[in-house]
Amino acid sequence: MSGAALALEAIGHSYDGTVEVVSNFSLDVGAGEIVCLLGPSGCGKSTVLRLAAGLEPLQTGLIRLHGETVADGATGRSEPPERRKVGLVFQDFALFPHLTVARNVAFGLSTLPEPERTDRAREALAQVGMADYAGAYPHALSGGQQQRVALARALAPRPSIMLLDEPFSGLDARLREQIRDDTLRVLKRSGAATLLVTHDPEEAMFMADRIFLMEAGQLMQSGPPAEVYARPASAFAAMFFSNINELEGVVKEGAVTTPLGPVPAPGLAGPAKVLFRPEALELRPLDGAHLAGTVTEARFIGVAWLVRVAAMSEDGKALDLQVRMTGGHPPAVGQRMSLQLDPTQAFVFGA
Amino acid sequence: MVEAVPIPAQKLRRALGRPSGWTLAAWLVAAAVATPVITVFSHVFLPKGDIWAHLAETVLGSYVTNSILLMIGVGIGVLMVGVPAAWMVTLCRFPGRRLFEWALLLPMAMPAYVVAYTYVGLLDYAGPVQTALRAALGMPDGLRWMPDVRNLPGAAVMLILVLYPYVYLLARAAFMEQSACVLEVSRTLGCAPAVGFFRVALPLARPALAAGAALAVMEALNDFGTVQYFGVDTMATGIYRIWRGMGDADAAAQLAALLLIFVFVVFGFERWSRGRRSFAHTSSRYRPLPRYELKGWLRAGAIFGCALPVTLGFIAPAGVLFGWALSHPEYWYRASSLLLIRNSFLMAGIAAVLGVALAVFLAYALRLHATPATSLAVRIAGMGYAIPGTVMAIGVLLPFAAFDHAIDRWARASFGVSPGLILSGTLVAVTFAYLVRFLTSSLNTVEASLGKITRSMDHAARSLGRGPGSTLWNVHLPIMRGSLLTAAILIFVDVLKELPATLVLRPFNFDTLATVTYNLASDERLAEAAGPALAIVAVGVLPVILLSRAISRSRPGAGTVEGIVL
Repeated sequence: MSGAALALEAIGHSYDGTVEVVSNFSLDVGAGEIVCLLGPSGCGKSTVLRLAAGLEPLQTGLIRLHGETVADGATGRSEPPERRKVGLVFQDFALFPHLTVARNVAFGLSTLPEPERTDRAREALAQVGMADYAGAYPHALSGGQQQRVALARALAPRPSIMLLDEPFSGLDARLREQIRDDTLRVLKRSGAATLLVTHDPEEAMFMADRIFLMEAGQLMQSGPPAEVYARPASAFAAMFFSNINELEGVVKEGAVTTPLGPVPAPGLAGPAKVLFRPEALELRPLDGAHLAGTVTEARFIGVAWLVRVAAMSEDGKALDLQVRMTGGHPPAVGQRMSLQLDPTQAFVFGA
Repeated sequence: MVEAVPIPAQKLRRALGRPSGWTLAAWLVAAAVATPVITVFSHVFLPKGDIWAHLAETVLGSYVTNSILLMIGVGIGVLMVGVPAAWMVTLCRFPGRRLFEWALLLPMAMPAYVVAYTYVGLLDYAGPVQTALRAALGMPDGLRWMPDVRNLPGAAVMLILVLYPYVYLLARAAFMEQSACVLEVSRTLGCAPAVGFFRVALPLARPALAAGAALAVMEALNDFGTVQYFGVDTMATGIYRIWRGMGDADAAAQLAALLLIFVFVVFGFERWSRGRRSFAHTSSRYRPLPRYELKGWLRAGAIFGCALPVTLGFIAPAGVLFGWALSHPEYWYRASSLLLIRNSFLMAGIAAVLGVALAVFLAYALRLHATPATSLAVRIAGMGYAIPGTVMAIGVLLPFAAFDHAIDRWARASFGVSPGLILSGTLVAVTFAYLVRFLTSSLNTVEASLGKITRSMDHAARSLGRGPGSTLWNVHLPIMRGSLLTAAILIFVDVLKELPATLVLRPFNFDTLATVTYNLASDERLAEAAGPALAIVAVGVLPVILLSRAISRSRPGAGTVEGIVL
């Protein structure tokens, strides 16, 4: 028995009985922890959430809430969603159009006696800053307001587990950041174990205590955001979080020789791929010691510059590299500069 | 993607679905609905008698041809009248729009056989039209070129006049439910309003249009009163004739089976045209619909296009009925009139409430357990509309009589007393026939409406601790309010107008407005029939108005469009 609030153990699911959309997938969320299930669309992450919520009967594996088995693929037992006491927030918010905001939020509190019920609904609305809209109908609210109400509705019964399915993707960019920030705060304060499904790595890194990265129905890697970012377990995991530079080489005596210098590759042999993020490269004045290249483009992306550099390796291969520069002035297009790679920030995978 | 090895038992379980109370109950309903059909089809395998051979040689060909022509004419006609009317009142602005919005539903209150007999009265030699023309043209001998309506095209026109509201109603609802955003997107993508109609609004409304037209065509195939009165031999009247006239229930059932195959083709078309796409709401955000202002010729055309079906389908026949009724008040100042109204109301009310309840139950069972087993049960339960009234009569009478006889035998053997007939010739039999026959229309409406509620509504309610029943009661039913009323009204009006099954199955001396109207009209006592006919129409009109108001209110925000609060 594990101490996790939510534990998925080796679950699998297929919709038509042939192709598995989720396969041998395990995940756990501790009390008060926010876990993001991250992956490209169609990777099965929403199915995992639906299985956890009980919206889909479990076919294989085991689901436990606070150590208690609620679904078991071997016996076919599956507690219906209403008995799992989980809070759900949907991409389309799914507010009941025929009920006021207050009654939407009170919907999950039917077991409470009346004065308490209204108080609790008001409290939940105040928590998300929507107390003034109690009498409004959902169609009169903006997208951001609907999202807040949906969050309040899910939190009102004080579930110990919250499941959120792409809760911010229906919002525009500026609003999204604000709502994300507020949601994180509210979730943390609620102390619920949270599983949030998203396809946005930036969102996952911002929200998550731990990230579970999924591809094609399988778990690729899990860990705290900084760790997943800094030590990707595969080329897919490396490429999912940022633009990436890719070089090819051959491992000899524990290192790959690249045009940018040797990169250590312990335990590998044969042809390999060297991947590194734009911030692992540094542009320096021409020094003759490092590979030289020509700046072809410099774009301002908010707090940093993304610079493209064209270079030529010794064996005559054209390279197109991206460099992320924080601070300072960007180099002029056409300028020749040296490129220095920090080998500790490069990832080597067998090709 | 990883190839999984499916375990056979697991695969089987998935195919059959988990057994559930909902599925079992759905199968019970399906079995009840299927009883008349099974009864009828079981006769197909009986040896075909002399009468069948005689039929095949003589009239069968014309029965079939007439029925096909009627189907085609009515199907095209109802779409041509109903769709433009729905589009104009929903998305355009022109004088009288708000009036037409509900007036276009009025012909729903008219039974086809009532319209038929008023037009015969209106257009015959002694009728007001010919009399006026003779006077105006100075041709006392009469007009040989006056079109006779007592033929197949005439019957088709009569049916179109009263059946187009099925298409209008469903098309209007579909246009209103379309998000304004979608239509605006189409305009920004360079579609003119008219082009947007053909490229966006119409394809989006396609399932509703197909459903409406299919309902109308099935109704045309089932029509008994009009074609019988016009002397057009279709399969429906043929069944009645063979059974009543020749007393051959087997041959009648065999012809009925043939007719059922036709209706199943239409039914299949309706299902197919809905396709596999799920027509959910394209946007969760509602905004008032933009209406295009019509000017000049377009405006005149819109007014004419809306006024014509209302006039021909309701105002003219209702006017004729009023004229007859007023000139013969003695016919309707009868004590029996109140009783007739009570009988009709009672039957229609019971059937409407039960029918909607059953439709909601079935549609929700399918939503909860979308297994092939549940799906099949719901499809079977929804095919009762296919059963023509005359066939329904045989299909209900035979098993009910068998049941009564079995009970009777058992009671006499066990207790030595005879309980007599329990179900046959009672209101239970009539109500059963109504439910079997009219469940389809309510099921279509409820299913379409339920399909538009996103699944996340269910999921939200369930995750908030509500079971399936509570979710249905607190979420789906309030959201579907408008559609439930639509479904109830459809059944109510249908039952009020239903003729052949009522004629045959009613208890002895139990008359409804429909049976009295038909009997008087077929005796050419047209003026006498005006009273009860008018009562059917009046009763039919009231719910039609309520319906129109409710469906325009049921759309969030629609009540305040143009500043009018309904």
